[in-house]
Amino acid sequence: MNTTLRELLVKFGKLPVSVDQVADDADLYAVGLTSFASVQLMLGIEEAFDIEFPDNLLNRKSFASITAIAKTVDQIKDSRKVA
Amino acid sequence: MNFPVKITEEDLAARVARVSAIAAKHADSVDFDGRFPLEAVEAMRAERLLGIQIPRHFGGEGVTIAQIAELCSTLGQACSAAGMVFAMHHIKLCSLVEHGGDSEWHRGFMRRVAGEQLLIGSATTEGGIGGNLRNSICAIEIDGNTCRLEKDATVISYGSYADAIMITSRAHANAASSDQVLTVFLKEQYALEKTHAWNSLGMRGTCSDGFLFKGAAPAEQILPKPFAEIAAQSMLASSHLLWSGVWYGIAVDAVGRAQAFVRAAARKSPGAPPPGALRLAEVSNRLQMVRSNVVAGLKAYEDAKSDADKLSSMGFAVTMNNVKIASSETILEIVNHVMLICGIMGYKNGTPFSVGRHLRDAHSAQLMISNDRILGNTSSMLLVHKQDTSLLG
Repeated sequence: MNTTLRELLVKFGKLPVSVDQVADDADLYAVGLTSFASVQLMLGIEEAFDIEFPDNLLNRKSFASITAIAKTVDQIKDSRKVA
Repeated sequence: MNFPVKITEEDLAARVARVSAIAAKHADSVDFDGRFPLEAVEAMRAERLLGIQIPRHFGGEGVTIAQIAELCSTLGQACSAAGMVFAMHHIKLCSLVEHGGDSEWHRGFMRRVAGEQLLIGSATTEGGIGGNLRNSICAIEIDGNTCRLEKDATVISYGSYADAIMITSRAHANAASSDQVLTVFLKEQYALEKTHAWNSLGMRGTCSDGFLFKGAAPAEQILPKPFAEIAAQSMLASSHLLWSGVWYGIAVDAVGRAQAFVRAAARKSPGAPPPGALRLAEVSNRLQMVRSNVVAGLKAYEDAKSDADKLSSMGFAVTMNNVKIASSETILEIVNHVMLICGIMGYKNGTPFSVGRHLRDAHSAQLMISNDRILGNTSSMLLVHKQDTSLLG
C-alpha cells in the first residue's frame, strides 16, 4: 500500500522535496504538504482505494505521515468488512 | 489596606463597562486622528482585563473565549479599534494558554502578562507571502541557546504599543515555507523599524503599521508546538470568534442609533408609522442572525476544545470559516441599512445618529484574512468533508 501512497503523493502532494527522500513516518506537513494539496491527496486516495474518508478521520493526524495514511486507509477498509 | 477581590461575572461586566465608557468618549478622536486608543487600553490595564484568559494558577482569572467574545462585543460597541486591539491581544493569549502550558518559560510569561498587564501584538503577515499566514519566508536562526529573527512584517497591529510580539517564521533555515514556529519576543528583545504607516479607511486606531522586525531572544521562547497545530487548534477559532464579537458590537451600536432615530420620529408624529420602521425591523432580524451565528460558533468551540482531533478536523474548520464569512458580510449589510434609516443624519459626522465610522470600520471585516481566501479554503475542504445534517450538531 505504501508504494501506491507514494505514487499518489508524487501526483497530488506537490511537495517541495522528492517523495523518495520522505521517510514513511516523516511529518508530511513539515516537509511542505499544504492543506490544499492534502485535500487533493485525499481525493486521490479515495479514488485509488475506492473508499470514502468519514468525517471523524478527516483531521491532521490521519494524514500526518505515509504510515498514518496507511493506517487510516486500513481502518476504513476493516470497518467496511465488518459492515 | 488589602481588600479580598472576588471575581464574578457581574464584576467582569462592570469592569468592561467602565473601560467602554472611556473607549466611547475617545472613539471619534481615535478614528479621526488614526491614533492608538491609549485611554481605553490604559483602562483595560487598570481593570486588569489583559490577563483574564490566563488560568488562575498562573495568576489570571481563567475566563473563557465565550466570555471574552462578550467583552469584545461590549468594547466594539464603544470603539471598534479598542475592541479589536483587545480581541487581537486575546487571540495571541489563547494560543499561549492552549499551547504554552508545557513550557516553563511560557508559564512564566503568562504570569508576567497577568501580573504586569502586558499587551501582546502579533506578527504573522510578511511581505511576499500573498496574505497566507500559514507560509513564511523568514526563518528563525538558532545558535546555541539564542534564537534570532529578522522579518519584513508588513502589518503588526499596534506594533509600537505592544509589550511583546508573537511572531511566525519558518522553523529553521532549510524548513519548507509551511513548516513554521511561533516565538514570543519581549519588547526589550527586538527593534522595529517602521516601513509602512497605517492610514486606512477604517479601524484607524489599530495602528497596523508595517515594520522590519529584528529580534534576538533565548531559544526557549519558541513555542514548543508546530505553528500549523497552533493555527488550527487555537488561532483559527479564537480569531474568527473574537473578531466576530467585535463586529457584532459595531453592528449593535449602529442598530441602536437607527432605533433611536426611528423612535424619535415616532414620538414627533404619533399615530403615523415613522419612515424607516420597516427597515429597522429588517435590520433587527439580520442582527439576530449574526448573534446566533457567533453564539453557535462559540458553542462549537467549547464543545471541541478538549478534543485536539476535533479541533483540527475539517468539520470544525468549515464551521469557523462560515462563522467569519457570515458575520463579516452581514454586518456590512446591517450598517448600510442603518444608514438608509438615518439618512443624512447618519451620513453626516457628529450627529447622535452618525454611522460613517461604523461603516468604514465594518468594511475591514471582509479583508481581515480575505473572505475570498477563506471561501477558497472551505471549497477545497468541501471536496472531501461531508456536511453535518443534524440541526443541533
